[in-house]
Amino acid sequence: MMKNKSMAYPYLIWMVIFIAAPLLIVVYFAFTTADGSFTLSNITGIAPYTAVFARSLMLAAVATIICLVMAYPVSYFLSRMRASKQHIMLMLVMLPMWMNFLLRTYAWMTLLEKNGIINKILGFFGIAPLQMINTSGAVVLGMVYNYLPYMILPLYTAMVKIDDSLIEAAQDLGAGTWRTLTKVLIPMSMPGIATGITMVFVPSVSTFIISRMLGGGGNMLIGDLIELQFLGNSLNYNVGSAMSLLLMVVVLLCMSLTNTMGDEDVEGVI
Amino acid sequence: MKLKKWLAALLSAGMLLGLAVPAFAAQEELLVDVSDDYDWTRFANDNITLNVYNWGQYIADGTEGSIDVIQEFEKLTGIKVAYLNYDTNESLYAKMSSGGADFDVIVPSDYMIGKMVREGMLAKLNYDNIPNAAGVGEQYLHQSYDPNDEYTVPYTWGVVGIIYNTTMVDEEVTSWDIMWDPYYTGEVLMFNNSRDAFAIAAKKLGMSLNPQTEEEINIIAEELKTQKMVVQAYVMDEIFDKMGGEEAAIAPYYAGDAITMIADNPNLAFAIPKEGTNYFVDAMCIPASSKKKEAAEMFINFMCETEVAAANCDFIGYSTPIQEVWEQLDDEIKYSPIAYPSAEVLKNTETFEVLDDDINQKMDQAWSMMKSYTEGGSGWMILAFLIAAVALNIFVLWRKYHKKKRDNY
Repeated sequence: MMKNKSMAYPYLIWMVIFIAAPLLIVVYFAFTTADGSFTLSNITGIAPYTAVFARSLMLAAVATIICLVMAYPVSYFLSRMRASKQHIMLMLVMLPMWMNFLLRTYAWMTLLEKNGIINKILGFFGIAPLQMINTSGAVVLGMVYNYLPYMILPLYTAMVKIDDSLIEAAQDLGAGTWRTLTKVLIPMSMPGIATGITMVFVPSVSTFIISRMLGGGGNMLIGDLIELQFLGNSLNYNVGSAMSLLLMVVVLLCMSLTNTMGDEDVEGVI
Repeated sequence: MKLKKWLAALLSAGMLLGLAVPAFAAQEELLVDVSDDYDWTRFANDNITLNVYNWGQYIADGTEGSIDVIQEFEKLTGIKVAYLNYDTNESLYAKMSSGGADFDVIVPSDYMIGKMVREGMLAKLNYDNIPNAAGVGEQYLHQSYDPNDEYTVPYTWGVVGIIYNTTMVDEEVTSWDIMWDPYYTGEVLMFNNSRDAFAIAAKKLGMSLNPQTEEEINIIAEELKTQKMVVQAYVMDEIFDKMGGEEAAIAPYYAGDAITMIADNPNLAFAIPKEGTNYFVDAMCIPASSKKKEAAEMFINFMCETEVAAANCDFIGYSTPIQEVWEQLDDEIKYSPIAYPSAEVLKNTETFEVLDDDINQKMDQAWSMMKSYTEGGSGWMILAFLIAAVALNIFVLWRKYHKKKRDNY
C-alpha cells in the first residue's frame, strides 16, 4: 500500500528537528561547563541527589504495579464483552483523558485537602479528618489516576486478540483458574503488559507537577529537580541536562527490559 | 441560485457590520484622564504592536469593575498591545536569555533588574519620553539595583510578612519564630522558592538575606531543615487559595495580596515580623533588544498617569510608588500599616541584591538537598537499581540466546 517511502519524510524531518536535535543539545550541555569546555563534573555532581532519584523510581514503580493489578482484570472482562458494549466501556475509560491533565490533578487537590470534600463526608460520619494531601500516597494516587488508561488500553488490545477457545481448551484439559491465568492468559498478554508498564512507568518517573500539587513540594522527584535547574535561581542548564540524560538512561533501561519481556515466549502469537 | 447569491451577500454585509461596530466603539471616549501636554498619538498610524510581559494578575484588566488599562492605552494611542504573563523572575530571565523572546516592556523585581543590568540586557530609558516618572516618590529612587535611575521606573513595591488565621492562632504574631513553632506542625505553609525561603530563615536568624559565603548558606539551610517537620507544604501562589480556604494557619506572603486575602476572608490577619523582612520593588524596564523603545516608553508613561496607576493600584492591591496616587487613596488604605508600613518598619527591611552565580548555585543545591533529605541512607539505591536493571537485561538476553540455540537443534 505504502510503497512510496517519501511519504514518511515529513515526519522524518519533524523528528530530526524536534527530537534528535534537542537530544543532541541535551547531551552537549550535559558534558560541558557554562563556557563550553568538556567536563564530567555535571554527571558526578548528581551524586548527592541519588535519594531524589531513588524516591522517584520507587513511587513510579509502586504506581505502575498498582495500575497493572487494577487494570489487568478490567481489561480481561472488557475484552470478553459484546462488541457494542466494549466500545462504550472503552470510551468511559478514555473519558477522563478528554479533560486537561492539570485540571484533573487540581481537582484531586480540592478533594484531598484537609477541608476538602472527602474529609467533609468523613466528618459527616464522625470520622476525624485524615491527612491525605501532601503525602507520598497522594502522589502515587495522582500517578495512578492520571496514567491508568495508558495501562488499560494496551492490555485490552492484547487480550482482545486471545481467542476464547484457547481459554476453553485450557479448562478442558483440567487447568484451574490460576493455571489458566499463569500459563495461558499472562504469557499471551505479555506484549500488552510490557507496553502498559512502559507507558505508565515512563511518565510517572518523570512527572513533576503531580508531586508539587499533591505532594506538597516537600518530597522532590526527579522532574522537580530538573525543573529547578532550568527555572530556579541558579539557572544551571548543564546540571539540568546531565540529570535529564541520566533519567533518559534509566528510562531506556526500563524500556529495553520490558521489550525483551514482551517478545519472549510469544513469538508464535504475533 | 439567485437566492443563494443574495443570501451570501446579506451574510457578508452582516459580518462586515459586525466587524465595523467594535471598530467604532474603539473611537469612544476614554475612561481615564491623561495629561494633555504629551503627544500620545504620534505612533497611531505606524501599526505598532508592543509586547508587554508582566506578572499574572498584575494590571487592572476590566474585571471586577476596574478599568481595562490596556484597552484604554490602545484607544488613546492606536498602538496595539500583546500582553503576556510570567510567574517567576527566573522564568522571565530564562526566556530573555535564551534570546528567542521579543519583549518591549517587562516588570522584573529588584534583584533580577540588577542581574539584567549587569548583563547588559536592559536599555537605558529616555526620561524625556516618560515625564510622569517625575511623580515617583524620592524614597523609591536610587535603589541598589539602579543607583542612578537610568533603567527603571518603579511600578509597585511591598514587603513580605506573615499572613495567619486568627481562629487558629491565638497569640499575637510578631516574629518569624512562629513558622518554626512545633505547636503549629502541619499548619505552616512555606515559600517554594529558594531565594524567598532562604530570606525568611536568614531574617529569623538575624542574618542578611543576601548571603555572601557558603558558610552562611549552610547555616540558613540547617535552619530550613529544622523547619521542615513543621511545614505542611511548600507552595507559592497556592498560598492564596490555601489560606483563604483555611487549609493552613500560617504562611508568608506579600503585603499587597494579603490585603486582598483579608478582604475575602476576615479571619485572616497580616503581621510584619520584628526581625525585619524583605522589601521588594517591581519596576518597568525595556529590554535592550526592543526595537520599539519610544513606543514602550510611551506605555510606561501611560502606566504612570495618576488615574491609570490608581486603577492598577486599586485592582492589584500592591503599594504604589507614585506620590499623587497615594494621596488620592482612601484613608483606610493610605494609612494601612500593611500597604504603607511606617518608616520605622521599613528601616528594618532589606532588598534582594544580585548574588554571584556560584552562591546562587550553592543555594539551589542546599535547597533541593533540604527538600529531599529525609530519605537518609537510601542514597545507594539508585546504583543498586541500575545494576539490577542491567543484570536483569543481561539475564533475559542470555536466556533468549540459549533458547534460540536450543531451537536450532
